[in-house]
Amino acid sequence: MNTIKQIIAVTWLNLRNLPQRLASSAVAVIGVGAVVLVFAAVLSMAAGLERTMMSAGTDDTAVIMRRGSTSELNSGLSNEQTLIVANAPGVLKDGDKTVMSAELYVIADVKKQSTQSDANVPFRGIQAGAFDVRKDVRIAKGRMFEEGKNEIVVGEAAQSEFVGLGVGETIRFGQTEWAIVGTFDAGGSVSESELWTDVRVLQAAYRRGNSFQSVRVRLENAESLGVLDQALAEDPRIDVDVMSERDYYSSQSQGLVTFIKRIGYPLTILMAIGAIFGALNSMYSSVSVRGKEIATLRALGFGPVAVLCSTVIESVMLALAGGVLGGLLAFLVFNGFQVSTLNGPSFSQVVFDFAVTPELLGQGMRAALLIGVVGGLFPAIRAARLPVATALREL
Amino acid sequence: MKYFGLIWKNVWRKKIRTSLTILSVLVAFLLFALLSALGYAFKGGEDVADAERLVVINKVSLINPLPMAYMNRIAATEGVQAVTHASWFGGYYQDPRNQFGQFPTDPYEYFSLYPELKMPQEQFNAWAKNRQGAVIGREIADQYGINVGDRIPIQATIWTKADGSRTWEFDIEGIFETDDPRGSTAYMLFQYDYFEEARAFAKGTVGWYVLRVKPGADPVQIANAVDMQFANSPNETETSTEAAFAQSFAKQFGNIALIVTLIMGAVFFTLLLVSGNTMSQSVRERISELAVLKTLGFSDRSVLGVVLTESIVIMLIGGLLGLGIGWLIVQVIAGAMGAILPGIYLTSRAILTAICIMIGAGIVAGIFPALKAMRLSIIDALARA
Amino acid sequence: MSEVLATLTGVSKIYQKGKEKVEVLHNLDLQIPSGDFIAIMGPSGSGKTTLLNLLGGLDKPSSGTVRVGDAELSSMSNSQLSHWRSTNIGFIFQFYNLLPVLTAQKNVELPLLLTNFNGKERAKRASIALDIVGLGDRAKHYPRELSGGQEQRVAIARAIVSDPALLLCDEPTGDLDRETADEILKLLQILNREHGKTIVMVTHDAQAAEFANRRLHCDKGTLEAREVA
Repeated sequence: MNTIKQIIAVTWLNLRNLPQRLASSAVAVIGVGAVVLVFAAVLSMAAGLERTMMSAGTDDTAVIMRRGSTSELNSGLSNEQTLIVANAPGVLKDGDKTVMSAELYVIADVKKQSTQSDANVPFRGIQAGAFDVRKDVRIAKGRMFEEGKNEIVVGEAAQSEFVGLGVGETIRFGQTEWAIVGTFDAGGSVSESELWTDVRVLQAAYRRGNSFQSVRVRLENAESLGVLDQALAEDPRIDVDVMSERDYYSSQSQGLVTFIKRIGYPLTILMAIGAIFGALNSMYSSVSVRGKEIATLRALGFGPVAVLCSTVIESVMLALAGGVLGGLLAFLVFNGFQVSTLNGPSFSQVVFDFAVTPELLGQGMRAALLIGVVGGLFPAIRAARLPVATALREL
Repeated sequence: MKYFGLIWKNVWRKKIRTSLTILSVLVAFLLFALLSALGYAFKGGEDVADAERLVVINKVSLINPLPMAYMNRIAATEGVQAVTHASWFGGYYQDPRNQFGQFPTDPYEYFSLYPELKMPQEQFNAWAKNRQGAVIGREIADQYGINVGDRIPIQATIWTKADGSRTWEFDIEGIFETDDPRGSTAYMLFQYDYFEEARAFAKGTVGWYVLRVKPGADPVQIANAVDMQFANSPNETETSTEAAFAQSFAKQFGNIALIVTLIMGAVFFTLLLVSGNTMSQSVRERISELAVLKTLGFSDRSVLGVVLTESIVIMLIGGLLGLGIGWLIVQVIAGAMGAILPGIYLTSRAILTAICIMIGAGIVAGIFPALKAMRLSIIDALARA
Repeated sequence: MSEVLATLTGVSKIYQKGKEKVEVLHNLDLQIPSGDFIAIMGPSGSGKTTLLNLLGGLDKPSSGTVRVGDAELSSMSNSQLSHWRSTNIGFIFQFYNLLPVLTAQKNVELPLLLTNFNGKERAKRASIALDIVGLGDRAKHYPRELSGGQEQRVAIARAIVSDPALLLCDEPTGDLDRETADEILKLLQILNREHGKTIVMVTHDAQAAEFANRRLHCDKGTLEAREVA
């Protein structure tokens, strides 16, 4: 019988008497499952955060802030400076009005639903063009705030994550009361973590005079970013950084995403090492239980390669089963689960969903495969080298 | 115990199996040590917070400043022993990724409010005399290789200078340490006077105040007294204990403790399965030996004890090794990355918890096989052989 | 040989096998004088092993009484029986039943763990026991390094180390070749004649039974004396 046929035959035999080794095998499966589950759960936080923040960014819009600011929070622009941007080359105009929004970004304390304690929620003052410089934003419930009034619209995500943000409720920050008149939907992007109001009202409430922190403008076309950047760089009245909104959000999310990955991957590697020990244990036990059977097969003429391969295959199949189990559980339990956390650069909460992506599941399965191969290899070598005569004598 | 020889030999019955099980236990407790230390870092120094220190911030949010004028009024409040102030500078050293805390404050007041900070007196004096002087914590000095006498530039992200530049230069006059191993020294202190003079805007304000209550005074009552003074003013205050303040920060990150608990739950669940399986195999293959022990006169209970002790021994060996390695890694991380993860520390409470888990897990993993051993009928067991 | 060591009076043992009741021992009476060496023979299933178990306190009769020395076994609890066994009985099995993880010395010391002797005492007594059975030089060997006959000697040493009055042997030579079997049986005789041990040996081997002082035949749950011609 050629080797492939032998391998198939022996593997089939192994699997058929797996029920006799159920306990050991179950332990290996669950061990791998736990690794993939934890891996998918932790890394889906990074994936979800990235998706939330990146989906907000578009290349059609440029974000302008004072040079060197690491985030809107740290930036500062005067009214004159925003007007300079409005009239710079490369910006999209609707008639003779620039499609833009000069904005103010502050933080307000609102209670978080999950911990019932205060959290820094982003509170943004916008101009009329705010909906036009962002993609896919629309009022979902209630109505848009009226200019000049202490009225707020809240992002859908913010409303579910924080307390007291229902349409019709009022909220007090410091000395000012604000009425919540509506919610907006931004496709699940980071904008939905924010509260929005008229920038003039916010400036007054926070005593910012006539200053802003960022300007968002729609660009004429793909090359406009460079044009705008150059024009503003050459202008001595203004000292700013110009970047596409996509790049801006990328920079904002990098820190936290990298942090989660830096913890998630080593954690998974450690767990995988543990799972390998567990798999080795199971497979050694499996080989010793099947000792006589293997010896019999060898005596009948099956080669050591067949024995070795079939053992590795058994280990891999158990590991993959565990991987599927863990991945499925991660997907069912975690995918779409909403949480929020503090994002360093903006010093405010960002609301996002766990995203158990196909890519993550793929990585998890690859890890399971690796565990299966390593966990099966050494026991397989021992099985292949089993001295046939001694084993048969015990029969 | 004299049975230990027997127990030890039984534990190592099948060397590979026991070694692999111990290694699984090791990994589980290594993870426990690392995650516990990480979770502790996220607590934001809650445990080292002084019970008698209160923090006063702007009620609207932490990023809103408070008037410097509040200083005297807070100091005059009944029950307040001493006050200092600090502000968030928020700059970075050389690279935007090298962000750590820099706080402008008054040297004398700050060090009297924070007596746990230790620095040689000459260094302190030099700093107090130098307007552009600054002192850095040991963790910053180690991480970035900065020494006393260096002149370092800090790039401001918020605070432009009146002359338009954003590069602030400081003379490092001293390096301070803290006498609590759980505390963090990943920050820099410099002179408020220099900050106030050189910054372009927000003059006359500070970020927050820190005060110490008189011994025996009720912190909650004093906190209320301070806040009442500024109620209905343009800048209302919110005063809380340092611990509560740190905790509120930690909570903003989310329920880290819950995440850590869930992960460790999955890890220990798997571990119990692995050890339980090992113990049950171990008992199954020596039923006749256990029966012989009983014929020799070992009581049912002592056989139970022998098996349970084997299970616990395996857990203790692997667990203590894992904890030990974990502790070493935490030391290394704290040294190398103290600035990024301030306060990463394996508390003695965590170690004690781990040991209790080791014993508990040993019992849980071994209980069913041990009961089986206890209950086996000598006659049936020997007849089967 | 005048004092009686063990007495069975009106002993019956009934086992429940599913719905059927099997009476293995039927109203049995037996007296064993101190210092006797009895061989009990009979077909399998005749109850001879059950008899041994009753004498060693491993099992309790369905009716009747079992008395060994001063102990009334049928009325003792399991833990009392355990304790009693450790100093009053030595068991010798067909398949030796040594602990493979322990050396010969440590195997022999096992029963002494139940006593108050310290480590040195235990080692000394084990040493003496091994010398008696002629294996003093094999003390540090593991069972897998010993031949069948040597393993049985270690088992015998273990059986006598706490100096019990009564030795119970279940087919002690069943797994040995003729020559080795004879050596073991001679050893048992020495223990009986020179060390005063009372021995009850169950065997199906007529030649082994010759080494005993008297032979009893166990059939269908009853005993009768049988002198083999």
